[in-house]
Formats: sequence, structure tokens, C-alpha cells
Amino acid sequence: MSAGFTPGGPEDWWARQAQKAPEPQLPWPSVPWPPPPASSARQSPTPRLPVPEPSAWQSQVPASSSAPQFPAPQPPVPPSQSPAQRSPAPSAPSAPQSPAPSAPSAPQSPAPWPTARQSPAAQFPPLQSSVPQSSIPWSELWSWLGGRLAVAGRGLALFGLALFGLVLLGALAATLALLPFLTVNLIGTDKRGDAAAAAFLAIVAWLTVGPLLLLWMRSLARLTRKLADRWCGVPIAEPYLPRPWADGGKHGPRQWLGWLLRDQATWRDLAWVAVDGLLGWLLALLPAALLFLGILGVFAPSFASGSIRFLAIVGAAAGLWACPWLLRGYGHFAHSMLAPTKEAELALRVRQLAQTRTEAIDTSAAEIRRIERDLHDGAQARLVAMGMTLDAAGQIIDTNPDAARALLFEARDASVKALAELRDLVRGIHPPVLADRGLTDAIRALALDSPMRIDVVSDLHGRASAPVESAAYFAVSELLANVSKHAEARQTWIDIRHTDDMLRIGVTDNGHGGADPSRGSGLRGIERRLASFDGVLAVSSPPGGPTAVTMEIPCELSLPKTSSSLGTA
Amino acid sequence: MRVVIAEDLFLLRDGLTRMLQAHGLEIVAAVDNGADLLAAVTADKPDVAIVDVRLPPTFTDEGIRAALAARREVPGLPVLVLSQYVEQLYARELLASGSGGIGYLLKDRVFDSAQFVDAVRRVAAGGTAMDPEVIARLLARNTGDGAIAALSPREREVLSLMAEGRSNAAIAQRLVITERAVAKHTASIFLKLDLQPSDDDNRRVLAVLAYLEG
Repeated sequence: MSAGFTPGGPEDWWARQAQKAPEPQLPWPSVPWPPPPASSARQSPTPRLPVPEPSAWQSQVPASSSAPQFPAPQPPVPPSQSPAQRSPAPSAPSAPQSPAPSAPSAPQSPAPWPTARQSPAAQFPPLQSSVPQSSIPWSELWSWLGGRLAVAGRGLALFGLALFGLVLLGALAATLALLPFLTVNLIGTDKRGDAAAAAFLAIVAWLTVGPLLLLWMRSLARLTRKLADRWCGVPIAEPYLPRPWADGGKHGPRQWLGWLLRDQATWRDLAWVAVDGLLGWLLALLPAALLFLGILGVFAPSFASGSIRFLAIVGAAAGLWACPWLLRGYGHFAHSMLAPTKEAELALRVRQLAQTRTEAIDTSAAEIRRIERDLHDGAQARLVAMGMTLDAAGQIIDTNPDAARALLFEARDASVKALAELRDLVRGIHPPVLADRGLTDAIRALALDSPMRIDVVSDLHGRASAPVESAAYFAVSELLANVSKHAEARQTWIDIRHTDDMLRIGVTDNGHGGADPSRGSGLRGIERRLASFDGVLAVSSPPGGPTAVTMEIPCELSLPKTSSSLGTA
Repeated sequence: MRVVIAEDLFLLRDGLTRMLQAHGLEIVAAVDNGADLLAAVTADKPDVAIVDVRLPPTFTDEGIRAALAARREVPGLPVLVLSQYVEQLYARELLASGSGGIGYLLKDRVFDSAQFVDAVRRVAAGGTAMDPEVIARLLARNTGDGAIAALSPREREVLSLMAEGRSNAAIAQRLVITERAVAKHTASIFLKLDLQPSDDDNRRVLAVLAYLEG
């Protein structure tokens, strides 16, 4: 591991730290964004949030750094790294959204991230000039030490959490055991009334305080997951069942109890709190404890013997050096107990598939009804009228040729209108240009029809399957409609790319922002549409803009049947 | 005037043929796919080719590509593309060469045979025939443009007819005004849009289209 201190000049060291600096919160999750249930369905089978591949890693850099510079002359690459990979489990909107640090050990760099991207030389010119090359680089030693101390402090905080867990566990044990114990004892002593009261209290406590404590333990476990991601670099997905009343089911104390107690994760949390409280804290505490021993070794007079003093100092140094790994070990330990089980993942997946399937069927049924209605009221009605007009013309053609001609022209105009209606209808079902040319050109055509300035950048080589293309097209179409309706944007950038079997489309505008997926039905509709394909939607729209929407749909591309570049200039 | 038709639906092909013949045009070949179209234009050297966008074998944008290929094969070959729907994207690709002799019309326009034959003749003569729907969408796209917004309603009418490829005389007839009035309007339009005025109808149309496509 390269995380240890190695002499190499301040520049090198800062550069390394900058590389290792964890990414900040991504620009988009700043709005409340509960991910769609299906979003994490695909995610949940891999509870470890994977470290993004280098290309995605790099591509997010310009996105984050160029966002404040709107409007940029060239299209900013919208955050193209995977929201799916980042998306927390469905029942956990508060799950950590900070990405996994790229370096496994990743000690927290003292440098805040935006400056970490800058040139170290520009950031610390005085250090360069004032520190002679030959002497010990004190400043970097201090910052290294500071980083390590911070890690030890975090370990201490985790230790505190473990202790708190123990307290909760004790409270739970007391609640569950004490009153029944009292009851049994009172029955033995013939105080029937007191026994009944104690039993009643016991039942009440079992039903109220017990679940409440379990819920607190869940909060504790969730906090631990968050901290394991942020401090130990081990992201842990949330395993909890979704609330059954979230979809409009019955909501009462019984449902609530059932939801809590039937969830296997509740009991796993309990096991975690117990094991962590009894054993796990050792790992977390070790760096701080060693450090404390070291300090004791240096300053405490009672350590008369030189060898013990020496041992304490060496232990402290070793602890200081190893603390990132110790903390990471703690993270892995937490992962082994807190991550969802295979079974839970599959259950979640089945649930989400059932839900998205129902939604997809509902949507398509509604769509078919709409088409039927449009045909019935539109083209069909016009054809009937045309038939009647032609019939009338045929009846008077001998007696009144002029009127007959007028009727014939009328019939012709009706056919033009019927055709126009059919065209609009077809455009709404499956735009011809999408069928002809595929997603990129269809979106270009959309852009051309829009009054906004829209730049389309695409590196799509090949065609996605027709349903995916259609879903992506209509999602973009809806987004553009949203932009022109609400954002008052002057320019929109669309970025289409396909990497790692994932179709990513970013739509960024320089409007006034403030889009909230939880309020607008449009964004919800897009989410639902994408969910059928395990696709996800991420929105970043701070007040004042810009708004960046990223969609991801897992899909494979087939080679294009015809080259769209043929004949195009 | 000698015409080649490429249209895969028999009824439409037959109807087009008869309608054009009724207007005194000579149909030298009526084919049903892009490859035959290429063979026909190289062999028969027609004055104009009328091509449907959807042709076998892919039934997608075969016609556009066949039309562009035919123009590469026979440089300057006037081509009129017919389609059930119009897309600005395709209009752009057809106009990209910057030379005239291009038409892009909805199939519905066939219903008005006089107008349609007029468009065919215009394209054959090296002019342009853009579907009013394409122009309407181009104008809608440019409504935010200050210069377009500065045009009077009548000027905007003249502009869209001009962009469709019509001559001053045709515009005058259509709007029931004198040709001099049309000339006045076009001069004003060119001034407001800051375009070089041109007596050449075709160059004028291309300049306007280029402006609108921005």
C-alpha cells in the first residue's frame, strides 16, 4: 500500500494526497432524491458499491468543476458517472451517497477536495520557498500526523457508537426480561394483583419500548453504514424492507410492527450491535488506545523502565502508521454483518420487478386507450365524414356539378387533416425518425424542432433495442418539454454515451434550476418509464441552476443495420 | 419533362405516374427500390427524380440515402423527396450540398396536383421545394430571434413562401398582391435579416434557409 508516509518531496506527497482525496458529494443529490425502487433493484445484488471505472471517474471531474462556470461555451459533460452505482437502497434515502474512495486505504486528506484538484505548487507556494530541501519536511509531517490523528479520532467515534449500542442492547434486555421476571417472582409470592399489573406492564413494554429500541438500533446501524462508507471506505447497502404503506397500503401500528419485526435485517442489526459492542469496538479503538499508550510512555513518570517506555512509543508509532488499515478492517467487519443477505437482495429484487411490471402494464394499457380514443375521435371520424361527403357529391353530381366539386374538395381537405392527425399520432407512438435512424438522430431531430438552443453530443455506435430507444427518446422529449416550460433556459446540452453496457444520457440546461422530482409528475413519470428497464434518473437542480438530469439504462447495443452517416454531409 | 419515380407502394406509384402524365410529364421509369433508382437515373438521365423516403429493404430512410447517392452519381440531378412525415433533420441533410434542385414534400401535397406539378417543375429547373410544414417549424424555432420577430406579419408570410422555394410571381399570386409589392417585402426582409439580396431565386431561397437553420 502506498498510503504510508514515504519521503518524496512535498510536491509528490500532495499530488498523491490529491489523488486519494475522496470525491465530494456529487452535484446532483443536493435535491431530495429518493431513488426509484427499481433503481436499486439492479444495484442490490451487488451490495458493495463498486469503485467506478477510471473513465467514469475522470468524466465526472469536468462535470463537477465546470458546473459553476455556466454558461460554458462548449457543452459541459454532464455527470456521466453512474447514479445507479451510487444509488442507495430504496428504503434508505439517507444512505451514503458519497462515492467510494479510489484508493483502498484512502486516509482522509487534510486538503479539502476542490483545492486538491488544483496544482499543489500553486496552492502552497510559501512551503516550497521557505522549506529548505535538505531539512526534514516538517509541514508535511504535521499534516500526515494530523490525518492519522483524525483517523484515530474516527475510530474513537466508532467505538463510542459501539458503546451506545451496548447501552441500547442493555435497555432492550432489561425491557424484555425484567418485567416478566418480576411477574414470575410476584406470582411465586402470592401477590396476584401486583403480578397481573407487572404482566400488563411487561406486555405494554414489549409492544412499545421494545420496537422503539429496535428502531433506534436500526438508526445506529444505518449511521454505522454511513460512517463505514465515509470513514472506512467500505460502502454498505441497506437491507431493509420497504414500508408496505409507502404504496398507499394500510398504515397502522400493526402494519408498522409487522414491517419492523418481520424484517430479517432488524435481527441482523441486533446481532451486529451485540457483536460490535462486545468485540468489534476493539478494532475501532486500537489506534486511539495505542496512541494513548504512547503518550503515556512519553510523559507518564510511572513508566520507569526504559524498555516498556520504548515499547509503548513503538506501539504508538505502529498504531499511527496502521490506523487507516485498522479502520478499514473495521469497515469490512461491519460489512460482513450489516450488508444485505443474498436472500434479502433477491426478495427485494422480486418485489421491485413485480412493481415495475405492474406499472409498465398499466402505462401501456393507458397508452393503448389513448391511441384508441385519438383514432376514434380523429382520423376515424374524419374518414366517416369524408365518406358521407363523397356520397353527397355522388348524389348531386348530375344535378349540381359545382356543388359536387365543392364537396369533393371538402373531402380532399378532410383527408389531408386526417393524415396530419395520423402523423401526430404516430409521432407520439413511435417517431418515424427514431425507427429510421436510432436514438441520436431522433434526439437531434427533437433538438431541431425545439425553439431552444440545444447541443447534442453523442458517441453511440449502434442501436439499443427498440423499447429502450423509445423509452430514452420519450424521456428526453419530456425533459426538453420540462426545460422549455419551466427552466427559462437559453441553452441545453444533451450528452449521449454508452459505456459498460450502460446507456447514459445527460440533459443539462442553464435555466434557473429548482426542479424537484418529488413535486413534478413529469420527472416521476420518466422515472417510472425508465424503471421498467432498470433504468434510473438522477436530478441535480439547485435553486439558481443549472439543472443536470442524468439517465442511465442498462442495455446492449447492436451494430446498426444501416449506416446513418451514408449520404449525410 | 422526363421523370423517374421511386415509390414502393404500387397504388401510389401508379397514381403519381398517371397524375404526372396527365400534366404532360413523361415518366421514363417507375421503380420500387433504391438500387433500381440509381440504375434508372444513370441510364435514363431524367430531368427530375421523385423518391419516396421509405423504400425496401429497410423501409427506413432508404429514400433519403438513395436520393443523395443519386445526386453523387449524377451531379446536380434534381430530386424531389416525398414522405409521410417531414423532419428538419432530413431537410438539412438534403440541403447540405448547398446547391439547388432539391424538393422535400409531404405526400399529402400530391392531393393538390397543380401545386405539386408546379413544385416538380421548380425542382427540375434547379429550384427548391420545401414543405410548408418544414418551413413552419423552422420559423417556430426562430421566433425568439430578434430579426425574425421584427418582421411584419405580411413579411413573415412572404418569408415562409420564399423559403418554400417559390418565385416572386408565385408568391404574388398566392397572396393576391402585385409582384412589385412582393419585391418590396423581400427587400425589406433581406435588410432586416442582414442578408445579401439576390436576383437569383434559387440562391435567395438557399440564403433564407441557411439563415433559418442558423
